[in-house]
Parts: sequence; structure tokens; C-alpha cells
Amino acid sequence: MEKTLGAIELSHDPYGRLVLVDGGGRRHVGVETIRAFPLSEPHRWISICNAEGVEVLWIEDLNSAPAAARELIVEDLARREFMPVIDKVIHVSGQSDPSQWEVQTDRGTTRFLLKGDDDVRRIGPRGAMLIDSSGMRYLVPDLRRLDAASRRTLERYL
Amino acid sequence: MPFILPTLPDAWRRAALAQLEAGEVIHAWFAPDLDAHLRYVEGLVLLTDRRLLSAEATVDGPGADGSTWREWPVDAVGNLRAIERNGLGTLELLGGAGRECFWRYTAARANAAHEFVRRFDALRRGMPFKTAEEHEDGVAPAPEPSPAVSTRTLLRLSRFARPRARLIALGFVLTLATTAAGLIPPYLTVPLVDNVLTPYQSEVKAIKSQEGASAQLKQQQLAKLKETEGPRFARIVALCLGGIAAAAVASWLFGWAQGVVMARVSERVAADLRNATYAHLLKLSLEFFGGKRTGDLISRISSDTDRICNFLSDNLVDFITDALMIVGTAAILVWFDPVLAAATLLPFPLVAWLVYYVRGQLQHGFQRGGRAWAAMTNVLADTIPGIRVVKAFAQEQREVDRFHAANDRVLEANDRVNTVWAFFWPLVLLLNQAGLLMVWAFGAWRVYDFRIEAGVLVAFLLYISRFYTRLESMSRMFSMTQRAAASSQRIFEILDRVPSVPEPTQPIQPNPVRGKIELTGVGFRYGNRPIIENLNLSIEPGEMIGLVGPSGAGKSTLVNLVCRFYDVTEGAVSVDGVDVRRFPVAEYRRHIGVVLQDPFLFYGTIAENIAYGRPEATREEIVAAARAARAHEFIMRLPDGYDSIVGERGQTLSGGERQRISIARAILIDPRILILDEATSSVDTETEREIQEALDNLIRGRTTIAIAHRLSTLRQADRLIVLDRGKIVEVGHHQELVHSSGVYARLHRAQLAMAHDMAE
Repeated sequence: MEKTLGAIELSHDPYGRLVLVDGGGRRHVGVETIRAFPLSEPHRWISICNAEGVEVLWIEDLNSAPAAARELIVEDLARREFMPVIDKVIHVSGQSDPSQWEVQTDRGTTRFLLKGDDDVRRIGPRGAMLIDSSGMRYLVPDLRRLDAASRRTLERYL
Repeated sequence: MPFILPTLPDAWRRAALAQLEAGEVIHAWFAPDLDAHLRYVEGLVLLTDRRLLSAEATVDGPGADGSTWREWPVDAVGNLRAIERNGLGTLELLGGAGRECFWRYTAARANAAHEFVRRFDALRRGMPFKTAEEHEDGVAPAPEPSPAVSTRTLLRLSRFARPRARLIALGFVLTLATTAAGLIPPYLTVPLVDNVLTPYQSEVKAIKSQEGASAQLKQQQLAKLKETEGPRFARIVALCLGGIAAAAVASWLFGWAQGVVMARVSERVAADLRNATYAHLLKLSLEFFGGKRTGDLISRISSDTDRICNFLSDNLVDFITDALMIVGTAAILVWFDPVLAAATLLPFPLVAWLVYYVRGQLQHGFQRGGRAWAAMTNVLADTIPGIRVVKAFAQEQREVDRFHAANDRVLEANDRVNTVWAFFWPLVLLLNQAGLLMVWAFGAWRVYDFRIEAGVLVAFLLYISRFYTRLESMSRMFSMTQRAAASSQRIFEILDRVPSVPEPTQPIQPNPVRGKIELTGVGFRYGNRPIIENLNLSIEPGEMIGLVGPSGAGKSTLVNLVCRFYDVTEGAVSVDGVDVRRFPVAEYRRHIGVVLQDPFLFYGTIAENIAYGRPEATREEIVAAARAARAHEFIMRLPDGYDSIVGERGQTLSGGERQRISIARAILIDPRILILDEATSSVDTETEREIQEALDNLIRGRTTIAIAHRLSTLRQADRLIVLDRGKIVEVGHHQELVHSSGVYARLHRAQLAMAHDMAE
């Protein structure tokens, strides 16, 4: 596990895999970036693991990484973490579980099946996360920023 | 330091003191409650500075004259010992030539018997004996269990009502106002009938019945009457009706305000009650939790407080309103006409009793129904968690039949209740009619007798019709009160319980702890069952001790005593030379890390779970602890890393993963003393190796007591302590013990043989 960031090199190989050359000059092909605290502190504490899942680099603060590497890391993280942010709840079918949801997200409108109120969780004091029947996750960063109707709908499940 | 025990049993006091010689001092007494034939007979065994005396109750009762006293000089007594088996105890006096005498007692007196033996031994050794109360300064005595609570527990709720006294007073005033406003309308009908309607009616009748007057004249006279009487008529009618309407509106407004106020009060009282109960519950020792079912404790805090809340906000207010209404109505009736009032109210007690009686019958029915219902749900609670067993043994049909039978009992109980219930409401209506009839009959007679006017009769009828329906709701109150009293009793059972691990009276701060643990003459009994007896052990700071022994040898009890989950019955546990009972409990435990066999994760994120013992830990510290516990990598593989939700409803983790999180938890609080209670026994050998690495990081430099069934996990221990039946039987290194052919060698051989069998 490497702690210094100065000497690392990060690049994409021709196959689109992320390649890390660590301080000791070793090449790790196909590394993955993982956030340790994706919900509570997404911009710090990032781990880079090799293809076997063994950590090769631990980044406490992304700002301390070289600009080029940082860009690649942020891009890779964004690609790995697909979590639409719900802007508006358009419609929820029925009072009983499971319920069919139609929501407007930052990535467009989508529909999903919610198994029950166990799959709606509070995140922090005002946020919420929904997990649909296939395990996809949807984020509501701040309930207060939703319109009144959407907020009322969500609060039934919280 | 001889002293007379202050509490010699009253019955024996005179007889016992009469036996004493001049200057003889009582050291201890014990009252066996059985005779040699195991019949209940109160006896007395007395220990003085020179003799052991004993007597049994005669037919005249304990302490009566004529009891035969036996005596032994203290020097002639070889030994005194107390043994219990199956709830029956024997105190034996052993002389040089065998058992000289014995006394039998029931389990309830076992502790007293052992205390007596200890005092005897102390006397023999010439040492003053210290009772719990006389224990070293600052150590609180072990508390007695609290006595049973009486049914008047509802009054004890006033402790929680006091902070809300103002709101309650406001609610009471509003209740009074509501009731008063409700009493006004019938009252206003009196002037309406007597001053307006009746006189007018009689004049109309007088005009109509004039003899010899023509129809036209009558019409004229009536028109004239309308003209002259009209304004007065309209004025009084408007006044009365206006008053009635105003009273109705006022009653509604007051009732509304009262409902809001009382609901606020009762919600707050119930919330205070819940907080207080929960806070107190968490202070109680593990001993208390061991004896209670989780569901029972949860329902005490949730449904029992809720029931009290409902009682306070609805039933109690209804009751007060009803009582006020009945008293107010009675007063008004008496004021109108005492004789008619007496006639009206005479059957009231009888009717009240009747309603109460039928209610009581119903109550029994409801209880029977409730029990049948509980039995039915028990079948469900039994079968559904055990569904694998049911299916594996193909017993579905039997379970269905069992449920069917339980359901039939529900049906039968409810049928019976419904019959009584169906009878009940029409009965109340009938009584209501009977009451009205009574008023009509007496009222008519009083009117005939020129005593009252029709208006008063109308008012009486209006008042009395409300009367009997109130009775029904008042009778409902009795059962509600009983239920609420039962609920508050269940809550006060928790609140009255004194923690059996008491806080010291003169606490010493345990900072900093080096980690030297000493157990001197430690004994612990659970009820009357001795678990640990006279155990001595000294553990150096940083030393790792492995506790080994068969199940029930007292290993877990020993660590529970070190953690102060329980307090010792005898002897003392000290850390760095200070009795642990002199440390504040929470302060002391902060220096102890515990890793249990089945680690418990709370609902929350992994980061929160690791930081459970130190919520203020930074993210660096949390990650560092997770790395040291070999948990970092698997945590990073979870979808939300350290933000993943675990615990009930959360991410499912394997036993080994949970264990490593609990190790990280212990690493983070950096304790001086570490307890590993079967930390590796619920995982497979492969995972055990990973956990062992994590544990090695944790153990380094800390005083560690580890319990393990798998002897291999204790390879690093500095010393192995082998326990058997509450006693240390062997001490030493693995190598020494294996060759000593003792308990350890036997356990070791058994495990080797098993590993060998499995390998084949």
C-alpha cells in the first residue's frame, strides 16, 4: 500500500483500462477506484485497488494528487458509481408494497419497483436513499429541496 | 470487635437472650426453616463468642418456653459447612467423630446459611467479620431486591405528572367548564316551559273553552292574545334558545381545548415515562437482562406507556367529566325539588351496581378471549421461526391442526363474550327507560300535588336521560383503570429495580490504568448456585491469560466479574490495586475492550459501528483501526464502503467479517484490558486465521484474558489457566500442561483426536 502521491503515474491503456505505476515503479493494470465514504465524504478517502481487489494506493485527499491523475480518478469514480439523484417523484402506484415508482432524476425520467419501506433509508439528517428491487440506488440529497408533493410521498416511507 | 446482631428474629429474641451466660456475645444467627423430617418448622442456630446454640420451634411456635436447646462449645466444633442440592440445604456441624448435628433449610435461606458459616470461620480465625454494610469505605452494599408493588401504582405516576402541573390544572379547569356548560341547556328549558309555553297554552285553552262565545269572538280574542303576549313570548324564547345555543357552542369550544390540553399532557407524561424507564433499564446489570425476555421488556416500554397515555388522556378525563356531570346533575335536581330528586336518584346505586357487575362478567370474558388470542399467536410465533424443522419432519398438518385448535378456543371464548355483550347494551337502554318512567311517574304525581310545574318535570327528564348512559362509560372506567394500573406496575417494576452493580459512594478515577488485575478469594453465586469459589489469580500488566475448561466451569463468569457485569459475592477483583467497585462503572469499562463470540452490529454505517465506543473518532482513526483489524479490504468491497449500512435490515456480513469489525471497535478504544470471549469459535478455520492476525494486533501490549474452546487459538498466551467447577485446577504453559496429564492434557488429546478423525 502506497501513501505518497507525488511519484505515481496514472493512465489509460489502449484497452481503456486504468494503469497505475506506483512509487516503486511497479505497473498495476486494470486498477479500480473506490470511495471509502461515498455518502458522507465522497471527495476524500479514496482507495485504488488492483485487479485482485488488493489496495495499492490510499488517497486521503484528492486535492493532493497531481491534476492529471485527479481527473482520471474522478472520471473513473463517476463511471463506477451510477446513482441517479431524484429531483421529483412523478407517481407512486398504490398504497401497498411493492410499489411502482416513476421519478425524474438528474439523468432523466425512470421507473422502478420498490419492495417496501425497508428499502428507503435516511442518509444524514435530511437525505434519503432508495434501493429498487434490482439493487439500483437513487439518492435524495436533501428532502427539503424537493417539491411538497414529492416530499410528502417520500416521507410516507421514512 | 464483637457486636450484637441487631436483628435477631423477634420470636426468638427473649428465649435466645435467656440462654446467654454473663458476658456472652452473639456473633451470628441462622434460622433454618425445616426440621429433620423436612416439615416447615422455624428453628434457630446461634453463634456466640464461646458456644454454638440451637433450638427448634415447639407446638407453641418459635421462641416459646420449653424449646430444647442444644449446645456445643466453639472449640469442640470441627467444622461447619452449608451445602445445597435441588433447593434443599443442609447446614452440618462436623465434630471429631463425624456429623454431630445438621439443620435443613430451603433455598431462600441459602445465602444466610453461607453467611453464617463465613462468620463462624471468621470467628475461628479470630478475625472480625465484615458484612456488606461494613465493607471498606466507598463500596456500596449489594442491594436487596425490591418488594412487590401494590395496585395503587397509578398514584405513583404523579411523580411524572408534577412537572406538567400547570397544564394539568388548565386541563382540569377546562373540564370543569365543559361540564358546566353542558349542564346549562336543560336548566334553561324551565323558564321556557313554565314562564312562556304553559301560561300561554292555558290562556289559549281558556279562550277556546269559553262557553257561549262564538267562534268569531274566540278568534278575535286569540288574535288579541297574540298581539299582547307576542313581544314577551318572543323575548323569553329568544333568550332561552340563545342561552341554550351559546351553552352548546361554549361546551364544544371548551371540550375541544380540553381535548388538546389533555392529549398534550398525557403524551408528555408518557414520553417522560418512556425516557425514564429506558434510561433506567440500560443502567441495570446483565443479570437483570438475563432473566427477562426481550419482547417483554420492549412491550413494557412501548405498549405499557402507550396504554397509560391513553388512560390519562381519554379514560381519566371521561371519568372526571362523568363524575362531575353526575354530581352537578344531582345538585341541580335536589335544588329543583328534593323529593322528586330523591325518587329519581334512589335506584341509581342499584343500577350502578348492576352495570358494574355485568361489566365484571364481561371483563372475565375479555380476559379469557385475550388469553386464547395469545395462545393462538404463540402457535404462530413457535412455528414460523421453526419452519425448517416443521418441514424437515413433514409436520405441516400437525401444526395446522394445532393452530386450528387454538383458533377454536378463540372462537369459543369470543362467542361467550359476545352473548354477554349483546345483552349489555340493550340492558343499559332498558335501565335508561326505566329511569325515565320513574321520573314521569313521580313527576306527574308532584305536578298533581301542586308541588312542581311542568317545566321542572321537563328539565328532570332531560337531565336524567344523560344520567344512565354515563353509568356505562363510568363502569368501563373500572377495567381501564385496572389495565392502566397493571401497566404502570410493570413499568415501576423496572424503575424500582436498583442496579445490582451499584455506583460507588466515593468513586476513584481509574486514570491511568496499567492493567494489573488481581482476584483475591473471589466467589460468585448465581441465585444459590455457586459458580466460582475462592478463586485467587494475579495477572501482570500486558500479560495474556488463556482461560480453558469444560462448559460451565465458570470461564465466562470470571470475565464478567472482571468487566463488572456482575459483582462478586465474596472476595474482591482489583485493578492496579484498587477494588473495581470503587471505580465509577462507566469510567472503568472505558478501559476494557470486549470481543465476543457473536459480535453485535447496530443498525447504522460500518464507520459508526467501528466508532461505537468512541463516537468522536476521526475517519483516519476509524480506517486505521479497520486496517489493523484486517477489515479494511472487505469493507472497501462493499457498495458504500465505510458508509454501508449494517445491522438489522442492513448489509449482511459473514461471521468473520462481523468479528473483524468488532475487533476494530476494540482497537479504536485502545483499552488497557482486553477480554476475548470465544472470539474465534463461530468461524471456520480459514477465517479464524485472518481473525487471529487481527487479534494479534489487538493483544499487543494489553492485559488480555482470552477464553477459547479451540486450544490452538491460545498458543500465544503467556499462561493458561484451567478452570473446572469454579476452581483453578491447573496453571502453566501449553507444553507443561500437555505433559502433566491433567484436565488440559485431556482436553488437548480430545481435540487432537477430533481433528485427526476429521482429517481421515
